[in-house]
Amino acid sequence: MSMFLDTLWLIPVFPLLGAALMMLLGRHQYLDPQEQSGPAAHGHHHDGGHDQDLRPRQGLRWLIGPLCSGFVLLSFLWSLGAVLAGRREQVLFTWVAGLPFPAFDGRMVQLTADWGYLLDPVSAVMILMVTGIGFLIHVYSIAYMAHDGGLYRYFGCLNLFVFFMLVLVMANNYLLLFVGWEGVGLASYLLIGFYFKRKTATDAAMKAFLMNRVGDAGYLLGLLFLLSIFGTLRFTAIEAAAHPLLPWATGLLLLGAVGKSAQIPLFPWLPDAMEGPTPVSALMHAATMVTAGVYLVVRAEPLYRLTPEVGGVAAGLGAATAVAAALMALTQHDIKKVLAYSTVSQLGLMFLALGVGAYWAALFHVVTHAFFKAQLFLGAGSVIHALDGEQDMRRMGGLRRRMPQTFRTMVMGALALAGWPGLAGFFSKDSILTAVWAASPALFAAGLLTALLTAFYMGRLCLLVFWGEYRGGRHVHESSKRMTVPLWVLNLGSVGAGWFAAPFAGWLGASAEPHSLGIMAASGVVAVAGLGGAYRVYGGGAGHGWAEGEGGLARWLRAGCGVDGFYQLAVVRGMARGGGAWLAAWDRGVIDGGVDGAGWLGRRLGAISKWSDTWMVDGAVRLTAFSVKAASFPVRYLQSGMTQSYGVVIVLSLAAMAGWYLWRSA
Amino acid sequence: MGWLTALLALPLVGFVVLLAIPGRAAGAVRLWANAVLLGGLALAAPLWTAFDRGAGGYQFVERAAWIPSLGAQYLVGIDGISLLLVLLTALLGPVAALASWNAIAERVKEFYAMLLLLQFGMLGLFLSLDLLLFFVFFELVLVPMYFLIGIWGGERRLYAAMKFFLYTVAGSVVLLVGMVALYWQGGQQLGRATFELTELLRAQLPLETQRWLFWAFFVGFAIKVPMAPFHTWLPDAHTEAPTAGSVLLAGVLLKMGTYGFVRLSLPLFPEAAREAAPVLGVLSIAAILYGALICLAQQDWKRLVAYSSVSHMGFCTLGLAAMNSNGLAGSVLQQVNHGISTSLLFLLVGYVYERRHTRQIGDFGGLAMVMPRFAFVFAVAVFSSAGLPLLNGFIGEFTILQGAFVVNRAWAAAAVGGIVLGAAYLLWLYQRTMLGDLRNEANRELPDLTAREWATVLPLLGLAVAIGVYPQPWFAVLERPVLELAGRLGR
Repeated sequence: MSMFLDTLWLIPVFPLLGAALMMLLGRHQYLDPQEQSGPAAHGHHHDGGHDQDLRPRQGLRWLIGPLCSGFVLLSFLWSLGAVLAGRREQVLFTWVAGLPFPAFDGRMVQLTADWGYLLDPVSAVMILMVTGIGFLIHVYSIAYMAHDGGLYRYFGCLNLFVFFMLVLVMANNYLLLFVGWEGVGLASYLLIGFYFKRKTATDAAMKAFLMNRVGDAGYLLGLLFLLSIFGTLRFTAIEAAAHPLLPWATGLLLLGAVGKSAQIPLFPWLPDAMEGPTPVSALMHAATMVTAGVYLVVRAEPLYRLTPEVGGVAAGLGAATAVAAALMALTQHDIKKVLAYSTVSQLGLMFLALGVGAYWAALFHVVTHAFFKAQLFLGAGSVIHALDGEQDMRRMGGLRRRMPQTFRTMVMGALALAGWPGLAGFFSKDSILTAVWAASPALFAAGLLTALLTAFYMGRLCLLVFWGEYRGGRHVHESSKRMTVPLWVLNLGSVGAGWFAAPFAGWLGASAEPHSLGIMAASGVVAVAGLGGAYRVYGGGAGHGWAEGEGGLARWLRAGCGVDGFYQLAVVRGMARGGGAWLAAWDRGVIDGGVDGAGWLGRRLGAISKWSDTWMVDGAVRLTAFSVKAASFPVRYLQSGMTQSYGVVIVLSLAAMAGWYLWRSA
Repeated sequence: MGWLTALLALPLVGFVVLLAIPGRAAGAVRLWANAVLLGGLALAAPLWTAFDRGAGGYQFVERAAWIPSLGAQYLVGIDGISLLLVLLTALLGPVAALASWNAIAERVKEFYAMLLLLQFGMLGLFLSLDLLLFFVFFELVLVPMYFLIGIWGGERRLYAAMKFFLYTVAGSVVLLVGMVALYWQGGQQLGRATFELTELLRAQLPLETQRWLFWAFFVGFAIKVPMAPFHTWLPDAHTEAPTAGSVLLAGVLLKMGTYGFVRLSLPLFPEAAREAAPVLGVLSIAAILYGALICLAQQDWKRLVAYSSVSHMGFCTLGLAAMNSNGLAGSVLQQVNHGISTSLLFLLVGYVYERRHTRQIGDFGGLAMVMPRFAFVFAVAVFSSAGLPLLNGFIGEFTILQGAFVVNRAWAAAAVGGIVLGAAYLLWLYQRTMLGDLRNEANRELPDLTAREWATVLPLLGLAVAIGVYPQPWFAVLERPVLELAGRLGR
């Protein structure tokens, strides 16, 4: 078994290989538009990217999906082998080898970061989750994306995502973790914008990347603090000890986590990210990538334990996000948006848990949430697929009988999320609430309120989609086995995972607080009450509740509480059209004005000196010349340059001298 | 004749021979110039392995009398810092020449003559260890670049060329005054007049003198980098220059300023430099944010890339301002990285311009549909420029940030803002040009990258990935000289 540990490095290599193959060869499975004859043969129900203009070759296109899924399966099996074999830290090479610098305490340390992997219980949980659920979603995608163009691009990016996510969770230091962190951001950008002809899609992709970048800026600065405090970025080498600047480090890392996990105030990108294909939403924007923020804090647990004030901030943000996003989820018409806001809300609960120090409970909720949220998203995908891309719940309804497999699994997932006693969400939420109760009754109330709202909006979703009469006009059919089987597999986790709370805590080396019957009862009652409330309002099937209305509050919540508008104003208008344009004008007007002015002045001065050269300097010169000329007027006749006149002068002079001599001697 | 002299002489000999080729034979001219520049790369590349990373001081030094009465010599040699810049120059020269194959149809012979002369000047600058020689090359480079912009440039080429020339000459006049003053002061101290760098480094100049000299040098180099607020020649020159000119301007010429700081200003006037560090730091951060914000407002694709250089060079000077090991190493590495990423961006803009004869961002959109390979390369260039980990830009920026952080945490915090803005303007540019629907019918038939174009971008792409994934060799080359310089600066 230790073979798997020795070859730990292979785990991320498999999906990387898939991504590379797709990048290099995938496109060859398509014909260029020029080669096409006649109209495109295949139908396409999703708004495609450019590749839908290309007709697939009959060649190896069918292989793309299975091949990429196979790579992820290999990763999963390999990591299973490794996890069963034990723990290991494996350093492959020195990645960044910078130069020495003085740490805060004055000792000289080297700026280095290894390319190294760490397999410990925390990362083991994440690795198995990423590869396991990743594999299921790859399989599901084969059928879901069958009619879309650009299949190679889709699977290539999906494999690339798995690679970077594995780097993220396997990294043995904060800098390599950041590689994965940014890498999944890249994959997310590429996949949200998969249908890149649509402006809404590319807008959403850009928004996701940029909002995450704000968090990343915090991450980077936090990293620099850590480096200066501890002199190393390696998890196993950091000896956690209190330091006056440690809150800065953990606080800034928290900012990174807030961006990645879509917490207030950096959450609006996640609902927009639903522009991507639904399996992508399931894998990245529900089950795995967005939980990276939670993973980061769990990874830095020893540091957060030393800075409870930062934990307090995390708990506050988490609680606020949980309640606010649940309210927003309540009012959405779009089935994917409900699930997206629900994800934001659930991530809020996880942050709440992190904030009160219940790290294992947060991670436990990450895992259970991954199962049922992936299940819900894939279920929603199945519905959307069957309805030819319809996502508005007002045009659904009555799908219970038409899509029995999807119906059953989705309701199970919804119940698990709602916290139905005995299902996964119930236990993980209960673990969180138990810990929160011990920390702060006010936060506990927020958690309980979230649970109530969650049950209500999930009830609303199921009732609007599956009960009542079908309100659309399409021919609806159940999705293929390749889509429903992954749903059932995920269902196992949604139903059963909750029972493993205590072993899970033990595996992480934590101890689960004993469940209090009171809290269990409260959370059970709340779940049932929420579902019951939903049934009262939506039991008729048609949407006529307050949340359906166009009242001011409902509209405001549906639009994400205007946070988007604020960013639009502050960032897009303020920076691009305001600040940037103003500075450009400053460059042109003031600085270049000065430069051009200097040039103008130079030319003017040149003109003046030309004038002065002509009239003053040259004038003086000419005047001098004239005076000399005038003064030399008599002499000039002597120097005529004519030999004859010289001869005359010579003869005359000689004659004069001879005469004078003769006269004197006479 | 030594290795470096051969390297330096090759483009000059090529230039002279080129003059003998009749201008009508444009094909022969192109072939010859490309062959000479490629030969230069082949000659320079083995330096990488032959260079002794453990040795201090300069290597491959060659010396000959030049103007003995002045104490000026022909003195060339390299250390790790100049090695990287020499290699960068040797690479970008042939890339620029190859990129111009079709783009330049008029006065082909003159064009390539200027390119060869430029290559001679650029190499000479990075090789010189004598101040006067350095200055001669510093000035020599202006002439071919002036003509490249002024003759083969865009619509406003005359304005741009004149602005570029006068701005830089204004700086170099002050630089020359500084150099002469240093020559006198150093000569008095050392007891003999000399322009030799290593000799002058031995002079112990009083702080007051250092201050005057530092700021005189500063004017020359800051304009060249360019640091804010001396940057306004750059957008015009870069935008109006032909592709090859932009590539070499951004890729190499800007580095002459930062190289001047590293090679001369900082080691010659360490105390004054340390005193000036806060000013340099603040100006760098201003450039980073200012350049990035202006990029957000640009409608011209090439002008946007040009302004992004202001922002990115701000990182390079920030590393210099930190004046510690990681800041300096990061700065030099980032100079190379910027040479790679920005050259890629300029090449790609140039290729689109050749096809469409417009640079307005609004004229494009959806190009990924007709030019998928181009879109892929452009994406890599964009992300390399935006500092995505595993590509070259990240390593440089991170190291610089670390260096700056150690000196002043506020600097690092402000500079990080530039990374966020950098992603913003680059991704927005990408969206507006590559993504979306193909709105403009004129773009429908655009051909994808040709084999020749691939040949120009592939080496740069390869380097971007190589530096990002495995940056260690680059640090290994820089370690010795950078530690020495940091020690000299007392950091």
